[in-house]
Amino acid sequence: MSTATRPRTTRQVAHVMGMPISLALRGRHATTAAGERAWLEAVATLRDVDRVFSTYRADSHVSRLDRGEIGLAECPPEVAEVLAIGEVARVQSGGAFDVRRPDATGRLALDPSGVVKGWAVERAARSLLRLEDTDVCLSAGGDMVCHVADPHRDPWLVGIEDPHDPTRVVARVPVREGAIATSGAVHRGAHIVDARTGSTATGVAQVTVVGADLTWADVDATAAYALGAGALAWLSSRPGRTGLVVWDDGRCETFGRAA
Amino acid sequence: MRRIITWASTTVAMLVLLLGYHTSTSSTVAGQVADTVISSGSVAGSGSGSGTTTSGGTGGSGSSSGAGSSGSSGSSGSGSSGSSGSSGSSSSATQVTGSLVQTRYGPVQVQLAVSGGKVTSASILQYPSGDPQSSQISNYALPVLADETVSAQSASIDMVSGATFTSTGYIQSLQSAIDQAGL
Repeated sequence: MSTATRPRTTRQVAHVMGMPISLALRGRHATTAAGERAWLEAVATLRDVDRVFSTYRADSHVSRLDRGEIGLAECPPEVAEVLAIGEVARVQSGGAFDVRRPDATGRLALDPSGVVKGWAVERAARSLLRLEDTDVCLSAGGDMVCHVADPHRDPWLVGIEDPHDPTRVVARVPVREGAIATSGAVHRGAHIVDARTGSTATGVAQVTVVGADLTWADVDATAAYALGAGALAWLSSRPGRTGLVVWDDGRCETFGRAA
Repeated sequence: MRRIITWASTTVAMLVLLLGYHTSTSSTVAGQVADTVISSGSVAGSGSGSGTTTSGGTGGSGSSSGAGSSGSSGSSGSGSSGSSGSSGSSSSATQVTGSLVQTRYGPVQVQLAVSGGKVTSASILQYPSGDPQSSQISNYALPVLADETVSAQSASIDMVSGATFTSTGYIQSLQSAIDQAGL
């Protein structure tokens, strides 16, 4: 591989919302002040989103909305946007995905984090995608936006983590323009539940979705994981996506249209 | 003739739906599905021999169209004007040109040739610059399973996609190794 097609990659890491944010840049602004500014702007965007949407912050708009202290009209318009995406996802997943689900007391709690993450990273990436002749790969906790500015350069090569051994990858995906999101239980315990039953997903260990935009790649990965045994069949019905399902027994199955 | 054009326009709508399908699933607004149908439903065709121009409504609103009128689509009632169909060059074939439909990838326009009550050919007059099918294939491919011999260390991997990892878990992660290696 020549250096002409694989220019040097510069990297940045920050921690926002309890997640590692990793950036890789190649090309013109990989080492410029403009590139640095765009990175800081991306991190600031994620912090702004966290202030509005975090369910861990009692003073976030979403927490106050959930407690009934304020209405949707008093929230930034982005809250309605995110809830609308959540509603479309609920319908399209047959109810497996829902931004409202019962909490420990049985009360329906508002938790849009299943939508927010991908949506937020996509917004944060905008400042970086404006950099001319610069390849971008921005990842937040393993979900990322990829962009290659020059068709002569290589695509980003994304490894899909092995849910049974995080030091290994089970597959690799070349992504030139698009997004990739992975949902599973490996790092936080069983945290995705089927909104219809309240039970954690079984059968499927991890779902990875590659698509045109991160909002929907993330939503689809989360919804498919919640669907459990039905994950692959549902994902196969979604156009414009590729990806990988890793089952509990370690089997891997890809889906989508091959190049 | 009217039946043919109505049927042809339905086919155009189907084709446009197929092309525009990605829009409906990946857009945030469910209503865009309906938009696509509405705008593609109004198709103006021109019969080569008779000289009458008939616009087929898909829903059959009951307003039978007069010659040369641009009828509105029965089902939607929006009646956006379709682009005029080019007249068929051959003796019996009629060409039906669909409206220019905006998709998230850009404008799409479909043309059908109808002969003897059958669609003899369908062509895409205008693709968006990023055709939804082909552009995605080149933009990202199917994941390639790592074989047993690839111990999947950071070699040649730019980034790692995994189930939501936390900042505490990050330190031991493969992604952390890649970030530090600065490759």
